Order: sequence, then C-alpha cells, then structure tokens
Amino acid sequence: MIGLYIVTAVLVLVSLIADRQKTVKGIRIGVKKFRKILPNYLKLLILIAIVLFFTEGLIVRYLGQENGLLGIMAGMLLGSATMMPGFIAYPLAGVLVERGVLYMVVAGFVTTLMMVGVLTYPVEKEYMGAKGTIIRNGVSFVIAAVIALAMGVFYGEVIL
Amino acid sequence: MKISPRTRNYIYFGLFMAFIAVSFLLKYEPGVAMGNNFYLFAKDMVLILPPAFILIGLFDVWAKREVIEKHFGETADARGFVWSILLAATTVGGTFVAFPVANALYHKGARYSMIMTYITAASLVMIPMSIMEAAILGPKFTAVRILVSLPLVVIGSIFIEKLLLRMKYRIPEVQEVQK
Repeated sequence: MIGLYIVTAVLVLVSLIADRQKTVKGIRIGVKKFRKILPNYLKLLILIAIVLFFTEGLIVRYLGQENGLLGIMAGMLLGSATMMPGFIAYPLAGVLVERGVLYMVVAGFVTTLMMVGVLTYPVEKEYMGAKGTIIRNGVSFVIAAVIALAMGVFYGEVIL
Repeated sequence: MKISPRTRNYIYFGLFMAFIAVSFLLKYEPGVAMGNNFYLFAKDMVLILPPAFILIGLFDVWAKREVIEKHFGETADARGFVWSILLAATTVGGTFVAFPVANALYHKGARYSMIMTYITAASLVMIPMSIMEAAILGPKFTAVRILVSLPLVVIGSIFIEKLLLRMKYRIPEVQEVQK
C-alpha cells in the first residue's frame, strides 16, 4: 500500500520533469475517470456490506457438507455471490479447513470469491460492457470449478 | 424532474449512511454489522483508488499506442500473456483497480485475450494475497491453485476473445462526466 504511494509519487515527479503540461493533463484524466466511476464504487460497497452480513452464517453452515460435490457447489455459489478482502477470506478459509471442510470445497469458495463477481457487476460493466462482463464471469466460474476438482485430486479427496 | 443514475447512486449512498448512523446510535445489531463490513472495504478503496486513477491518467498520456499494440495487441506473441500475468501479479487492489486498467489498455490497442488474462490473473495471483494464503492454507494449496489456474486463464481468455470477436463486440469507452 505504501509502495503504491511511493511509486505514484515517483512517477508523477518524473512525469513533471519530463513534461509539465502532459502531466497535468494526465492527472486531470485520472480525476475525471475517478469521478465518473465513484458512484458505482459506492453502490458496490453498499451491496457488499449488506450481502456479507447475510451470507457469513450461510458459509459456515453450508460448506461443511458431507457430500463433497454439494459442498463444492455451495462454496462456489456463495463465493460468487460475495466478496471479501483477503485478510478476512483466508482466516475464514483456515477455520473451515480446521473444522474438516474439504480442501476442494475451500478452493471452490476462495477461487470464486476472487474470480467471479456478481457484486462487482456495477463497476465491471462500465469498463467491460454488460456482455463482456457476463461472459468473463461465466468462463471464470468454469475455471474455478476445474481448480476445485484439481485440488480434490491433489489432496486425495477425489478418487479417479 | 429526471434523476440521473449517478445522482441516484449518491442518494442510495446517503440513505445507507443515514441507516448506518442511526443503527450505531440505537445499537441496532444488523446495521452495526453492515457498517463494519462497509468500513472494512471502504478503508481500502479510499486509500488505493486515488493513486491508482492518477497512474491510469498518466498511462493515458504517456503510453504510446504502438508500444501497447506491439506487446499486447494483434501482433503480440505468447510473451504478451506472461507480461499480462506479471502486470496482474503486481497490481495493487485486485480487480477494483484491474477493471479500469484493462479498459485503458484496450483503448490503447491491447487485444481481448490479453486484457482478459490480465483481469483474471489480477484476481488470482496477487502476490501479497498469495503469501497470506500459503501461510494459512499451506504452500501446496497455493502452488496447486496457481499452477492449475494460469494455463486455464490463458486458454479461457483466448476463448473469450474468439467469442467477443464473433459478436463484433466493442468495449465501451468510459464517457466523460456530464456536467
């Protein structure tokens, strides 16, 4: 995080030395883009806060399925529907594994959490378009399923 | 009077904040929990987004179209995917930042498969997050996840590109703020 600020400061400085006008123009473009998208980010934050409140209990309850396949499905659906920062998601994943939840279920959950964003739609569609967003998330969901199954194979949870 | 979607989002935000404030005053549990969730994400975004957008603006004025086209465009070879993944691994802020960056790359001439690889990889192989994952779930988990996913990400991105090109799809230009 501090790194980001240092890099930005250095680049702005270098840019200023190279060409003042261009730098001012660049920063202006950045600010304009930020102002344009800000309301969508705010909407996203509200959605996340609400959905996370309702799903936290569900995650602990439904991921510990006896049936691995159902567990993966539950994990992937919940993972797609929610969003969490890594410093919340991984400790939670650690707790799940300790409680005996299968690695492949945790993998399905964590991977969709990161790759598939139903909640990020209001932001993603501004940059990728509606169809582009839907296709990207669809493909990501399939990839997440393959990763979950591969994890099951590597951890000996799926017998081939 | 017509309300623009922009204004509407700000109104939602105002209402939500009022709801959270009242919840904290009355100690209404669900409201307090949502407020805490909100704070968790908002804190990160408030810190990351402003410098990220300044960098995107600078990229816009400095990056030469020919250079982007050569490494990420029609003429790019397999190394383009490696560059996309490396760029993703070092992107701070994950997909929140990756979306606008990908959009900027696209409008400078990057092809679909490259930006799709970039976005997807940005959510999968962020370095600080992967380190944390390895510490909690074990290095084996992280290694399997990354090694299995990267080839799939590249194949998936090429597939998406084929699909989008067949649809003659255009990614929207991010419009200027209307005054």
